[in-house]
Amino acid sequence: MPDSRLPDLIARHEADLLAQWAKALSAAGATREDLMKPEELRAQCADLLGSVRQALQRGGNDITGQGWEKVRELLTEISRTRAQQGFTPTATASFVFSLKEPLFQRLRSEHAANPALLVEETWSTTTLVDKLGLFTIESYIKAREDIIRRQQEAMLELSTPVVKLWDGILALPLIGTLDSARTQIVMESLLQRVVTESTDVVILDITGVPTVDTLVAQHLLKTVTAARLMGTDCIISGIRPQIAQTIVHLGVDLTSVITKSSLADAFKVALSRRDLMVVKRKAAAAGAQA
Amino acid sequence: MPLSKRDLLPIRAETDIVMVRQAVRKACIEQGFSLVEQTKFVTAASEIARNTLEYGGGGEAALETHIEGVRKGVRIVFTDQGPGIADLEQAMRDGFTTGGGMGHGLGGAKRLVEHFEITSTPGVGTTVAIARWK
Ligand SMILES: Nc1ncnc2c1ncn2[C@@H]1O[C@H](COP(=O)(O)OP(=O)(O)OP(=O)(O)O)[C@@H](O)[C@H]1O
Ligand SMILES: [Mg+2]
Repeated sequence: MPDSRLPDLIARHEADLLAQWAKALSAAGATREDLMKPEELRAQCADLLGSVRQALQRGGNDITGQGWEKVRELLTEISRTRAQQGFTPTATASFVFSLKEPLFQRLRSEHAANPALLVEETWSTTTLVDKLGLFTIESYIKAREDIIRRQQEAMLELSTPVVKLWDGILALPLIGTLDSARTQIVMESLLQRVVTESTDVVILDITGVPTVDTLVAQHLLKTVTAARLMGTDCIISGIRPQIAQTIVHLGVDLTSVITKSSLADAFKVALSRRDLMVVKRKAAAAGAQA
Repeated sequence: MPLSKRDLLPIRAETDIVMVRQAVRKACIEQGFSLVEQTKFVTAASEIARNTLEYGGGGEAALETHIEGVRKGVRIVFTDQGPGIADLEQAMRDGFTTGGGMGHGLGGAKRLVEHFEITSTPGVGTTVAIARWK
């Protein structure tokens, strides 16, 4: 195949191609003016078409090759921002695929007299745009995965509060899934707090944990053991009836641990461990007078 | 009226285990299982899902809900193409683990559900099915 005439064609009709492309984009519903300003879109189109032309001029239509670096960067950036802005995969891919129609029209009028060349050029153009489109979809998916991962990580950090209930009494209200990487982080930050604040009792509250399986149980037991080695007692609270039954069937032995059904009960135990108690004000006053 | 429904769930990463648990919980609720029944079945599914990922190198779960007359059931079948288990009796025993776990997963899951079936061929893979009817 001789060198493609495509770059030359783009160079000669760049403005017209851009105008047609813009039309095709809005016909395909890929403009989404609610999400993106028209002039921003136009700038992206011009950038992309320009760098596609340059890449073609440098030779080769292997878009993974060196000459196509700029195009790949542009498409990656475009997909990333579209993923963030909430474009659908279809709208994102249509951005690239909409370029086909204007290019084909140009090729038709250019090579009207030479059908063989027209077919050849159309074929190589469609293959090229397809590759660019697929690359865009892949980048879009990667960007979406990144967003999801970041959100997950953000949640990991959000939901690890160690709460001080009283001098020497810490509580760890665990919420949600306990068996992921999160458990490790939570438990480590708890043990760290146990060291920095002299702590007598830690309450691990699992009221917000829907499933306690062997892995969760193992994590809990390990934490209890580690805390104990540092001279701190642990109480596990929030063991609802259904969780208690499940633990029994699993054959997990929690008898070495103090367990309570509610955080309030656990707090009472923790207070008594510290020789403290909660009394009604009147009763306390009466006691003081006596 | 559809008598049964079947969903395929991939088990490729830790987050998939969470998805399996959520899907199983939803199915149990749809079938009218009590909170205790739900919790038991979800926990058993969680155990097997984790084994599928950890020892089976990943696989998939087919979650089925059945309605047969007045009987309603949930069944989930886990399959992997991992190394398989040479000695099933040993693997089922409480306390046996090759991965530093508690070794209570398989035995516990069996005790938590009504129907438990495991087949495994070394070098081919492992299939575990659990079901509960109401
Ligand atoms: N799908 C599987 N493929 C291969 N081996 C398995 C599979 N499932 C379980 N096993 C083997 O059986 C053993 C026992 O499994 P079980 O779930 O009872 O305990 P565990 O996973 O080791 O610990 P736990 O489940 O208590 O955290 C595992 O350690 C592993 O060697
Ligand atoms: Mg297990």
